[in-house]
Order: sequence, then C-alpha cells, then structure tokens
Amino acid sequence: MSTEHTPTPMRIVDKRITLSRRGFLKGGGMAALGVGTLSASTLMTPAREALAQEFKVLGAATGNTLLVLARDIFPHDRISDRYYLQALEPLETQAAADDKLKALLSEGVAALDRLAKLRFRKTYAALDKESERLSLLYVIEHGAFFQKVKGHLVTGFYDNKAVWPLFGYEGSSWEKGGYLNRGFDDIDWLDQA
Amino acid sequence: MSAKFSLDDDSVVVIVGSGAGGGTLADELTRRGVNVVVLEAGKHYTQADFENDEWAMFHKISWLDKRISAGGWHHTETYPNLPAWIVKGVGGSTMHFSGLALRFLPHDFRTKSTYGTVDGANVLDWPISYEELAPYYDIAERKMGVAGTKASGLPEMPPNNHYKVIAAGAKKVGYTDISRPVASNTRPNDGRPACQQIGFCMQGCKISAKWSTLYSEIPRAIDTGRAELRPQSMVLKIEHDKSGKASGVLYADKDGRQHLQKARVVCVAGNSIESPRLLLNSASSLFPNGLANSSGQVGKNYMNHTTAAAVAIHKGPVYMYRGFDIAAVISDEAQLNPDRGFLGGYHLEGLALHLPFTAAFMKPGGWGREVSSALEQYDHMSCVWVCGEDMPQEENGISLHPTEKDQYGLPIPIVTKTDHTNDAAMRRHGLTQWRKVSEAVGATRVIDMPPYPASHNMGTNRMSANARDGVVNKWGQTHDIGNLFISDGSQFTSSSAANPTLTIVALAVRQAEYIAGAMQRREL
Repeated sequence: MSTEHTPTPMRIVDKRITLSRRGFLKGGGMAALGVGTLSASTLMTPAREALAQEFKVLGAATGNTLLVLARDIFPHDRISDRYYLQALEPLETQAAADDKLKALLSEGVAALDRLAKLRFRKTYAALDKESERLSLLYVIEHGAFFQKVKGHLVTGFYDNKAVWPLFGYEGSSWEKGGYLNRGFDDIDWLDQA
Repeated sequence: MSAKFSLDDDSVVVIVGSGAGGGTLADELTRRGVNVVVLEAGKHYTQADFENDEWAMFHKISWLDKRISAGGWHHTETYPNLPAWIVKGVGGSTMHFSGLALRFLPHDFRTKSTYGTVDGANVLDWPISYEELAPYYDIAERKMGVAGTKASGLPEMPPNNHYKVIAAGAKKVGYTDISRPVASNTRPNDGRPACQQIGFCMQGCKISAKWSTLYSEIPRAIDTGRAELRPQSMVLKIEHDKSGKASGVLYADKDGRQHLQKARVVCVAGNSIESPRLLLNSASSLFPNGLANSSGQVGKNYMNHTTAAAVAIHKGPVYMYRGFDIAAVISDEAQLNPDRGFLGGYHLEGLALHLPFTAAFMKPGGWGREVSSALEQYDHMSCVWVCGEDMPQEENGISLHPTEKDQYGLPIPIVTKTDHTNDAAMRRHGLTQWRKVSEAVGATRVIDMPPYPASHNMGTNRMSANARDGVVNKWGQTHDIGNLFISDGSQFTSSSAANPTLTIVALAVRQAEYIAGAMQRREL
C-alpha cells in the first residue's frame, strides 16, 4: 500500500435544490402554496399559468406577464418558475397596500402588451421567441416600470436562500463551524491550470 | 465596571465615535489614567446580533441616515443616497472592516515632495514621516493582532482556495509581493478565539476572531473604570467658551432628548463625512465658518480611494466565500512607477463577495443573460477590489444641504466627488493587470465592475504643518482650538493605496500618548 499522501478531492456543492417539500413549505409565503395545493384541474394547465393564479391583487394575467418578465430579466434555465414567483411575491404584497405601485405594475404590463401587439400582433407573454420579447424590453428598460421590477429582483431573486444551492453558494456557515474543516483550502485543479 | 460621569464634569475627555479612531483612543487614554466619555451615534450590537447574511447585516448596522452623492462620480447614478458604506454602532466601521491591515509607504507622507505640483489636485506633505509613525504601526499591529507580522507574532492566515487561485495567477505574471496581513487571530489571542474560516468577516465576526473595537478596545477601556460609553448618542454640536476653547458637546439621546456634556478635551472620530459635518454644524458667532476652519479646509479634500472591482470565472470551482474574506493581496503595483501613466499606486486585493452582493454589485443596472450566465458560475469566481491612491482635490468634499434636514434636525451632508484624471488611468491599469492574473490560471471570462460604495473615507480635516493648509497639526490637534482633536481618517493628508484602518489606529495611539502627556503637563 502506498504511503503517499493522496489529496482529498474538493468538496463540491451539488447545484440542485434538495429541499424537501416540507422544507419548501416551511419557506412560507404564497409560493409555498403553489405546487402543494394545486387541484386536479389546475394540473391540466401549464405550470406558469397555474402559478399566475396566485396573484390575487394584480390578477392572473398581469401575474403571468410578470413571471415571463422576471425570467427575461434574470434568465436561469435550470430554475423553475416557482422561484420567480417567490421573487415577485413581495411586490404583490406591497401592491396590496400601495395603489401607486399597483398602478405602476398594472399599467406597465398593459403598456408592454400594447407595444407587443403593435410590433408582433401578440401579447408580450405570448411571444415564443426570446429575441422578440427582448426587443421590446430594450425599448422600455429605462422606464419606471422595468426599473422597479428589475431593481426589486436583484434582492427578491438572488437573496432567496432557496435558490442559493443552484449557484453553488452555501450561505450561513458559523453554525457549522465555518469552513476550517469543510474545504476552505481544498482546491485541487490549480496545478493543471 | 463602567464609570459614570455627570454632565457637568468638565474634567473628562469626550470622544465622539467608537470606531477604529475613537475606540482606540478610549483604550489608550484610559490605560494612561485619563477619564473619558464615549458618545456613539449607533446602537450597541453584540456578536449575538451578527448574522451570516449580507443584506440582513447591511440593513442592521450600516449608516443609513440620508446622505447625498453629488459630483461627477458614478455613485450619483448607482448609489445616490449611499456615498459611503460605513457603520452606525458601537465599534463603528471596525465591525464591517475587511480586516486588511496594510501600512502606508514612506513616500505616502511626502506626496508634494515626491509628485511635485499635480494639476487639479491639492497635494501636500504630512507633517509627520513614516519613520515617526513606524513604532506606532508596530503597536497597532499588536493591538489588532495582524496575522503574519513581526510585531504581533501571530502566524500567517492559512491560504484558502480564493487566495491560492489569485496567488498562483500573480506568480505566473511575475508578481512577487503577495501577502495577507489581516487583523484576525490565527491562534487564540487577546482573549479572543482563532479564525474558523467562517467568511462573512464584513458582516461582523460572529466569533470575534477578527479585531473590532466593539469587543477589544471598548470593553478594555470600560474595565479600567475610567470610561463611560453612551450608545445612541448623536452629537449635534461642539460648544466653546468665550475664549474659543471647546467646552462640551451637545448630543441627542435615543429618545431625542438633548444633553450637554462638558469636557476638558474633545476628540472627534465620527469618520470623514460626519466629523467635518460636526465642525461645520458647530458654527458660532466667533467661528462663523465652523469650528477649526480658519484655513477653509474643513470638509475639503475628500478622498475615498481610487477603486474598481472585477470578477473572474475559472475553469474549476473556487468557492471564494469559504474562509477569511480577504484573499491574496498583490502589492507590486503599490510602488511608485510613473511610467505606468499615473501617480501613486494600488493594491490588487482579493476580496470575496457572497452571492447576494455579487448579484448587486457585478453589473448595477444590468440584466439579461449577460448577468445571469455569469452568476450561474458564482462558484467558479474569484473577485478583486482595486484599492489605489486617490488625489486630494479641494472641490471634493462634504457640504451641508441648504434646506434638507435629517432626523436630528441637522442639515444633510452632501458628499461631492469627481474623479481626477489620474484615477481613470490607474483604474484601467488595475483592471488590465487583474485580467492578466486571472487568465494566467485559465480564467475564461473576466467582468469589470464599477466601484461599489467604499468604506474608506479620508482627508476632510487634514493634517498640515502650516495652519493655512489644513485643519490639524501632527498630533491631530486642530490648529485653531487647542483642546479640540480629530482622531479619525479625516486627518489623512494623502490617502495612500493602503486600507486606512491600521493607520487610523496607529495615529490614535500616538495621539493618546500626546493628549495624556499634555494633560499631565497641564497644557490641556
């Protein structure tokens, strides 16, 4: 048997969401109700439209558009719509108590759809081609509506602990004793670089 | 064993602020037998309040009172009400301090002699030299427990993945001055434990391994029985007597009630935005332009370092967030070399950001696949902060808003900053060098980031040999008022490329020695 030191391989974070449904529900909020409580009939509809039903204040149609918009703003193909819904949830909650915000969002969606129909004869959310949707967003990206949604998503989306594993990010570490014995110095590919 | 002093006790030294300057001063004065009252605007947090969560801590401890960014810099657009990222709480910005404790270089104290006249800049030599400050740097490194320094005797911080990636690239491009002098215990020291590589050093060290006056200097001062700490005490005005000597400070407590604490000596250590603001707000019929402002330099020459940042995406995972937040620091470019097309120098400081801040700072205002495709490689990233010398310019500074007031009824400070042409050249050079360092170890994508709000604030009450050129003398004593001192980074005459905390602490130790001696000699 060789006595040569074999380096321990790097501790790699599995970039998948491994939260149990219980953990997911504990995450709370409107989105937690999502998949868990869907009725048989809603299972027949596409997932996004089912999730859009959760927008009680802004309405399902506006909600559906916001879900498409949120994904176009920060597109992550491996991340499901429910996390975009979680990101938008605080905006919906704020809109319930803030008429100005509610109007900004509703009118912003309406204006985006008007622009979409003028150019492509379809609503924004109904456009299949990302390039077509983006061509509309480049027109409105400096406006108050787009800025509000995008500004909110920077924290609404990326500060959601539920999505962190998908980025290989491990979050709070002090309760696990830090990384002293959990790979702070375990990089193993540098000599091949 | 906290002391309790009456408001009428005019034998005390009042220290405004409890961060690197004020906290150190409290410790060093009390150990020399001086009685002090420390007035701190913020709350008294403890490690139990610290979370490993970037945004939660940002909202909890940052100085979020409304401040306004003005001038030609990027911040007017990206961070209009957050000109600086500093802390409001006992311990001040030492809670958020990255831990990096670099010394100034000898030429930093002689910028006018070294650079000559610089167009558009107000460069001036310090009235002290590196040699005079060197013994106090030793003391500061010992107090702060700076890893890998002779003075502290503490071993170096063990390299983490992030350090290794940057150091390997740096060596490949020929850099040799690669170090990591960080103020965090590499073994139990000064009653605090050793670093556990938790990360989140800038969110308040959960186990107090990283130095902060919150749990080092302040409790030590209180234990002498000669210090009283009053948190949530916002100083509104410094009062003076008929002869023009400082006589006390007016402050508002947490309920907004105002109190006047009398004082034998007043030391201001509220950082480079609040300290000059306090002097300006203390204008009186005797001092219509603000206290200690006969030179007109109070609030001028604001410097916050020439900064830039960038991330590099590597072929393999790095997990830069694992371990101490400061990674390798490359200092080869801190040396003078005018051939590069700019004056002064810079450090390339590996500095880990966690995912939420990376998303916020990488491309402020950005969106789409350009942003999201990079963030999907977060686990493969390394990250640098370029920290370079910032030229003092007279028109950069702190002024008072003509009408808008804050919650204390005081005019809101406006922080005006416009880059010097030197800054752009330095920034470009720094980002190019970082790209080379990253590509040397195979990075496939390097993304330049605009500067994010700095915690480094300097120069707004600067030191000068002559009273006409600056606000304070070589002891930090104001030229105009003998018993009024400035004890923070606003004393800096030049910014150097080094993070300011170590120098603030060294100056505070030296100032305490002077104040205690002068009090004993009855000069104060």
